[in-house]
Amino acid sequence: MSLWEYANPKKFMDWTAPVLPWVAGSAALCLSVGLIWGFFFTPDDFRQGSTVKIIYLHVPAALMAINAWLMMLVASLIWLVRRHHVSALAAKAAAPVGITMTLIALATGALWGSPIWGTYWEWDPRLTSFLILFLFYLGYMALWSAIEDPDTAADLTSILCLVGSIFAILSRYAAQFWSQGLHQGASLSLDKEENVSDVFWQPLLITMIGFGLLFLTLVLLRTRTEIRMRRIKALHARARRA
Amino acid sequence: MPDLGTYAFEILMSYGISFGLLGALVGASVLQSKRVKVALQRVENNG
Repeated sequence: MSLWEYANPKKFMDWTAPVLPWVAGSAALCLSVGLIWGFFFTPDDFRQGSTVKIIYLHVPAALMAINAWLMMLVASLIWLVRRHHVSALAAKAAAPVGITMTLIALATGALWGSPIWGTYWEWDPRLTSFLILFLFYLGYMALWSAIEDPDTAADLTSILCLVGSIFAILSRYAAQFWSQGLHQGASLSLDKEENVSDVFWQPLLITMIGFGLLFLTLVLLRTRTEIRMRRIKALHARARRA
Repeated sequence: MPDLGTYAFEILMSYGISFGLLGALVGASVLQSKRVKVALQRVENNG
């Protein structure tokens, strides 16, 4: 059996129905454990004080903001190459989740920046590229709702997604491209010397997994909704023709 | 409740905004899912 068969709308609805509650439950568990552990049971950072508690929201949200767009990119490419409707609908379903993650990253970043940098906002490369990513999400969602024909909408939003991917990647690596920004380099690294201390890393890792699972839950749920909406439209069109 | 010191406003606002946004997103997604499911059942039953 080919992997692509799972992208058939009927098959997709069949396999996601039993999987969804488990993914949602795992997301809730990871988020609860990670956030409670991080907020209540970790010490203050020697330099940043108690503001380090914002890391459990800011880093996972920023990670998912970028990864959501990359997931949309893959789904868009599948649509453009193989014309699988579910992939186009999955990309559409991921956009509101991605924009929410981007908003959380921007808001928590501003609140974290205020005491540490002395300002809520600075036209720093990473902050600016994140703001542009937010605007791309807005444009992407607006484009979907502005075009009536779903296939044309999927085509044009896929092209927009390809262009926006430059900023998604830039958001990830901006701090490495330009050194003059306020934003620090990556907090997470495979190099133990550069990675955040284990006392913060362990709850952070659980929270990041939780955000990833929450993203998956919402994308599956919203894709199922999009498939049902598409079916309603098809049934209405069939009734009109009869 | 841990002692957040002088940064209590920034930290609590961060958590408040994040929970608010995530709650709204999850709530809207679940609500829309239920509404569309019922609408599809109605259309299929009528058709």
